[in-house]
Amino acid sequence: MADTKEKEQSSTHKIGIYLWIWGLLFVLSFFSYMVDWYNFQGLLRWSLILIFMFLKAGLIMAFFMHLFWERYALVNVLLWPMTAIACFIFLMAAEFEYTLFSRAFYFVVGGGV
Amino acid sequence: MSDPKIEGYQFKPGFKGMASDTGSDQTMFKGVHWGKAMMWIFLLSDTFVFSCFLISYMKGRGSTLVEWPYPSEVFGLHVFGVDVPLLLIAIMTFVLITSSGTMALAVKYGYEKNRKMCGWLILATAIGGLTFVGMQAFEWSKLIHEGVRPWENPFGAPQFGSFFFMITGFHGTHVSIGVIFLFIYAYKVFAGHYDNQKRGWFTTMKGDYVEIEILGLYWHFVDLVWVFIFAFFYLW
Repeated sequence: MADTKEKEQSSTHKIGIYLWIWGLLFVLSFFSYMVDWYNFQGLLRWSLILIFMFLKAGLIMAFFMHLFWERYALVNVLLWPMTAIACFIFLMAAEFEYTLFSRAFYFVVGGGV
Repeated sequence: MSDPKIEGYQFKPGFKGMASDTGSDQTMFKGVHWGKAMMWIFLLSDTFVFSCFLISYMKGRGSTLVEWPYPSEVFGLHVFGVDVPLLLIAIMTFVLITSSGTMALAVKYGYEKNRKMCGWLILATAIGGLTFVGMQAFEWSKLIHEGVRPWENPFGAPQFGSFFFMITGFHGTHVSIGVIFLFIYAYKVFAGHYDNQKRGWFTTMKGDYVEIEILGLYWHFVDLVWVFIFAFFYLW
């Protein structure tokens, strides 16, 4: 036991990796700001925003929050519930499409139909 | 630590380790500080709270027929005679990432038992967080002066205000709580509570630098949430 504890506690990493991730986060944030600066629109804007967002989130979780080095049991306990969120997003996306449609429809046709 | 639950326990890496962890006796994450496991569980639940906010924002914004206020202009600043889009938000983002970096280094130096470095870096993180909250207060007061309310605003869809105040307010609360704890832990580090294994407030457990990692997890999570708010609320 003493060994495992020792190992766990001394799980310190080289400073270089932190500085690299830090720098990358700055660069990615700068890029996502540039998306707005150059006023990209439409699909290009949304995909760029999402790409930079997921890259940043992934870097923070993997290295700053140490998930990359963490035991798989913990990583899985954390990441699988996220699929529920993904489902919820799809459900609500369908829902807002429907709400938008019915609003657009009844605002024009009126409530008496 | 001579916990009978983890006596003779050998950690196995990879999926083998995962199988033995999930199928293990009495305790799942053997050898992991309970505070760290609980912080992760808390962060997972907090993820759901913020997800619900952002999803309701998606639904509100997607289902309105009124034009949504253009965030690039709403959050723009007029400096030196030029209109710069999203300037304050960009600075806030950089401040938060800076503080996240200093926190990561504080955790590293904590594990190396470098008391001074760890303490100063936590203090730097706290000051970064304080700067962030200050800028958010400025942003709020600016928008309130411009007439943004939870029920109306001069820019477009009235739902904008309620989502804005709710989401950034909840995130700002998290940052503020984090700042308070960062100051407390900076004191605890400087006072040598972790070198001397001083016991905490509500626990008989001995102080250990792993607590700095737990604090770091919370702080990185706050930064993580901001990444999503920045993308969905300010850039989208």
